[in-house]
Amino acid sequence: MNPMLAVEGLSMVFGGLRAVSDVSFTVRKGEVYTLIGPNGAGKTTIFNAISRIYPPSDGRIFFEREDLAHRGQHEIARLGIARTFQNIELFEHATVLENLLIGRHVHRGTRLWQELVFSPAVRRQELAFREAVEKVIDFLDLAHYRDTRVAGLPYGVRKVVELARALAVEPKLLLLDEPSSGLNVEETDDMAFWIHDIRSDLGITVLMVEHNMTLVSRVSDRVLALNHGEVIAEGTPAEVQNHPGVIEAYLGPAVEA
Amino acid sequence: MRFIFKTDYAQDLQLFKHGGQTFWYGALAVALVFVPWLLSPYFVSQLTFVLIYSIVALGLMLLSGFTGQISLGHAAFLAVGAYTESVLAAKGWPFPFSMAAAALTAGIVGVIVGTPALRVKGIYLAIATMAFNIIVEEVLARWESMTGGNAGLQVGPLAMFGWTAQDEREMYYIALVITAIVTLGVVNLLRSPTGRAFVAIRDSEISAASMGISLAFCKSTSFVLSAAITGIAGALYAHRLRIVTPDQFTVLQSIEMLMMVVLGGLGSIHGAFFGAAFVIILPQLIAVAKDYLPPAIGQATGLQPALFGLILVGFILFEPLGLYGRWVKTRTFFQLFPFYRRGMFRRQKVFMKSERLR
Repeated sequence: MNPMLAVEGLSMVFGGLRAVSDVSFTVRKGEVYTLIGPNGAGKTTIFNAISRIYPPSDGRIFFEREDLAHRGQHEIARLGIARTFQNIELFEHATVLENLLIGRHVHRGTRLWQELVFSPAVRRQELAFREAVEKVIDFLDLAHYRDTRVAGLPYGVRKVVELARALAVEPKLLLLDEPSSGLNVEETDDMAFWIHDIRSDLGITVLMVEHNMTLVSRVSDRVLALNHGEVIAEGTPAEVQNHPGVIEAYLGPAVEA
Repeated sequence: MRFIFKTDYAQDLQLFKHGGQTFWYGALAVALVFVPWLLSPYFVSQLTFVLIYSIVALGLMLLSGFTGQISLGHAAFLAVGAYTESVLAAKGWPFPFSMAAAALTAGIVGVIVGTPALRVKGIYLAIATMAFNIIVEEVLARWESMTGGNAGLQVGPLAMFGWTAQDEREMYYIALVITAIVTLGVVNLLRSPTGRAFVAIRDSEISAASMGISLAFCKSTSFVLSAAITGIAGALYAHRLRIVTPDQFTVLQSIEMLMMVVLGGLGSIHGAFFGAAFVIILPQLIAVAKDYLPPAIGQATGLQPALFGLILVGFILFEPLGLYGRWVKTRTFFQLFPFYRRGMFRRQKVFMKSERLR
C-alpha cells in the first residue's frame, strides 16, 4: 500500500508537559484513519503538528514522502492537506459561499494588479471557482444556505460548512477534528454518510479525531488509540475497541473481584 | 422585499446586484457630476475635502475594516504622499506622475514600517504605528532642506501637461475621478481572492493559514495598499490646502482617521464614505450650532472634541456597525414596511470560543 502520510517518532513538549511522546503511524492512500483516546491524549496536538501550527519538538512528518519540517503553515493546504477545527473556525462575517471560496485560495492563479482591475482572467477564475464550489455545495446539501452569513447559522450547519470549506480546497488528505462533536443523532448519521462518500466518491484520504465510537466503527478502516500522548493500540475498529489497554484507558484498571 | 433570483455565476460578480442599485448609483453619479454647478465654491471645496477623506477612509478601511489590523499612523502616510507631491509638483512634474510617485513612496514606506510592525497584533500594532507617526512628524519638522521644517511647503495649483486647475470646481472633478478609480480598485480587490483572504485573516487567522493564505504576505499587502491609497489622498490633500506643514499630520489626525472608519462602519465600503462625510460635516454643524447655544456651552473650549468623543462612545455602545449599519437598518425598515422587527439585526452570540487557538 501507498503511504500518504507518515508520522515518525513525533513528540510535542509544552514546557514541562509531554503532550505527545514518540508517536508513529502511517496513513495509506484512500483509507479513513481515526485517532481516538480520552481527553488530553494528544490527538488534536498531532493534528496541529501536521498542519504546522506548532513545530514538533521531535520526530518527523512526511506527506507523500516530503518532509513537512521546512514548510510554512500556509503551504500545507497547497500540498493537499485541508482540515477542520474542533471548535469551528469559520469566517463569521462572510457568507457560506465566501467561506468556501476562501477554500479555493490555493488554486489562485491571478496576480494582485489583475485583481485590482478585475481583468478577464480574474473573472474567468471567479466563475471557475464558483463552479467548483457549487459541486461541494451540492455534495453537502448546502444550497439553501449559499448566501447566508455564517454568523447566524445553527451549530450543525456550521459544522457542515467547515467540512465544505475543507473540501473546496480539493485536498488529497482531509483532517477532521471531531466531526461529530455538538451534532445531534441525525446530523451525526449524515456526517457518517458524508465521510464515507468523501472517501469512496471523491477519493480523499481521511484522518480524523473522533469520540463517537459508533461513527468511528462505521467509517474507519483503521484506528489508533492514544493515552497520555502515547500509542496504546492500533488496528481495525473492533480490534482496538476490545484491546485491554484501551478499555483500561477509558474505564480505569480492572478491579479484582 | 426583494429576492434576487440567481441563475448564473456571473450574477455574483456584478458590481450592481439589481436594477434598483444600478439606478440609484447612476443617479448618485449624475448628482455628483452636476452638484458643483449648483453649490457655492465654499461648499464645493468642502465636498472636495469629503472626497479626499473618503480616499483616506477607503485605504484605512481596507486595512482596519477588512484585514482587521489597527493603524494609528495613517496620517504619516498622508504626510508622505502630500510632501512627495509638493516637492515633485514644485519640480514641474505633471500631476498623474507626481501622484503615482506619491502613492509609490507611501507604499515603500508602508513596506518598511509594515514588515516589522505586522509581526505584532492588536494593541501592539496600534502602538507601533503610532510611534511611526511620531517619528514621521519629527522628520518632517527637522529635515528642513527637503520639507521646509515647521514652516512647511507652499504648493502650487494642481497642474499637468500645460493645464492648471483654476478653481474649486476643477479640483473637485479631479478628486471625484480619482475617488471613483480608487473605489473601483478596492471593490475589485474585495471580489477577488486577495480581498477574500484579507477578510479571512480578520475573522480567523488560524483557519486562514490552514486554507493556504500566507498571513505575513497578505497583511503586508494590505498594509502597503492601504499606505499607497492614503498616499494618493495625500497628493490631492497638498493641492487642496496649498500648504503642507508637519502639524497637519499628527497622531491626532491618525486617530481622527480611525474614528472615521469606525463611525462609518468597519468592514463596509459605504462606511468609508459615510465616515468621511461625517467627519467633515460635523465640525461645520457644530460651528453653526454654536450661535444658537447658550454662550456657556457654545463658547466653551473643546466643544468639538467633546462632541466627537460623545458621538464615538454612543456609536460603539448602540451601533457597532456604524453609520452604514444604521443605513442598512433604515433601508430594511422601509423595504419591509410594516413588518420590520426590532431584533432583526441582533447578532447571535456564539459561546464556542473558549478553546480558541491563539
